[in-house]
Order: sequence, then structure tokens, then C-alpha cells
Amino acid sequence: VIAHAVYAQTPVLVSGNGPSGPGMTPYLVVAALLFSIGMIGLLTRRNILVMFMCVELMLNAVNLTFVTFARKMNDINGEALVFFVLVVAAAEVVVGLGIIVSIVRRRQSATADSAVMLKG
Amino acid sequence: MATWIVFVAGAFIALAGAVGLVTVPNPVHAALLLVLTLVGVAILFVTMEAHFLAAVQIIVYAGAVVVLFLFVIMLLGVDRAEDVRMDPITGQRPTAIAMGIASFAMLVTIVAIKADQSVGAAPVADVAFEGSNVERLSNAVFTKYLYPFEITSLLLVIAVVGAVLMSRRPKPLPAVDGANGGAS
Repeated sequence: VIAHAVYAQTPVLVSGNGPSGPGMTPYLVVAALLFSIGMIGLLTRRNILVMFMCVELMLNAVNLTFVTFARKMNDINGEALVFFVLVVAAAEVVVGLGIIVSIVRRRQSATADSAVMLKG
Repeated sequence: MATWIVFVAGAFIALAGAVGLVTVPNPVHAALLLVLTLVGVAILFVTMEAHFLAAVQIIVYAGAVVVLFLFVIMLLGVDRAEDVRMDPITGQRPTAIAMGIASFAMLVTIVAIKADQSVGAAPVADVAFEGSNVERLSNAVFTKYLYPFEITSLLLVIAVVGAVLMSRRPKPLPAVDGANGGAS
């Protein structure tokens, strides 16, 4: 409902996709929804792996925003930045899963409470 | 109109996968729903004519990253269902949902305020090259962003070495007299 209302407020906002394609706003609203859902998951789930997947979800929402603005501004630099975000996300997944593997080896469980000793 | 249909389909797939990812108790199912979300985002990339990024999204994310997740889940045997009903901290779940809704409202408000202003109406001709999406992107990556691209390879090497070092089982050290041979 809110997405429809926002889009109805800005009917002039149609970029290179032809007059019938969706403009920038629906993409941004979808990205905002993905980001918020990822944040809710990160805050509510206790399994470290699922929390990590939620981080990936939030990264994807940001990538979607980058691509939306890159297309709106006809600027390929935004897409180049998404390319680098993808690479850094892959490296982050490798390191994060290594950390998770070592936590699970030590604690025999994969919840965030396994690392409670890190609390100051 | 066709773009609208594809957009709605992609957005629906992405959002359905995201909601499922947050709600299903089993991590394996969550990983598969993450694939669904990534495919939905790739469809949205296609509708925005970011063809290379859509392909990379499928190959790298859905192909490599999620497979890595599944490997770790199944290798460690942590695919037990998590009790999603229990609140770890009292009131954590309602607070988290309220914060999520607040974040969404904030982002949409920013979009609604800023979207009707002319955000960069003039096309930026920074990398002066016309052509398909892949040609333009490769031209940008291999000329303007050449050094970041090369540093990226260094980052990947560091990540791989670090991951191997971290997840390797510590060898039992030989008993040397007076040696501080490992904590465990």
C-alpha cells in the first residue's frame, strides 16, 4: 500500500525504460523492504549462519539501490561499484564462514550465544 | 508494460525469499530461500539492463556463496531446526520488528522526499564509452578502476589464506620440554 502511495506521488519519475516501465521509486522501495527484512532477521535469529545470510540480504538490497541510481543517472560507475561490492562480499563470506567453523568446533553449536564469552 | 510484469515478478520472488529466509527454522531451507532472493534481485538487475551484474549475481552469489553456506551447514551438522518461537531476550522480537519497520519508513520517506527532485538529471559522461552494458562496465573496471581491481585480487588471496588458517585443525604439538604447546 505504501509503495503504491509513494509511486503515485511521483508519477513523473520515469527514466530510460520507456514510458511504461517502472521508474526509480519502485526499485528503491523494494530495496528498502529487502534491507529492513534483512535487518529484522539479523536482530531476531539466533543461528549465526542465518544471521550471516541476512547480512548478505542487506548487501543485496544496497546493490539494488546502487544499480537503480546507476541506471537513473546513466552512470556506469555505480555498476562498477556493485562489482566490487560483490567481490568484497565473497571475501567476507569466506572469512566469516571460517570464523563460524572455528566457533562451532569449539562450542558444538551455531547460535550467537556460543560466542557470549566475547562480551566485555 | 512488459517491464512492469517482469519487475513485479522479480520483486515478488525476492521479497518472498527474504520473508522466508527470516522465518523458516531450518538453516538449509533458509539457504535455499536465499537463492530465491538472489535470483529475484538478478531479475531486477535484468530489468534495469545491468546484464553483466545479473549474470555475476547468479554465478557468484547463487552459485558459489550459497553453496559455500550449504557446505558449512552440512559439514558442521548444524542443520537442526532452530526454535524460532523463543525470544532470546525478553521483548527482542517485537523491538526488532519495530526497528525494521522504522528503518523501512525512514528509507521510504527519504525516497519520497528526494525522488521528485532532479537526482543527477544530467548523464555523467565520466567514462566516455558507448556500447552495451558489458562493454561499458568492462571499460570502467579495466581503465578507471584498474588499481582497485588489482587490489581486489590481493584481498581475495588474503581471505583465502586467512580462512584456511582459521579453519585448519590445530596439529597436536610434539611434547617439547618447557614448550608452551597450545592452550587446549
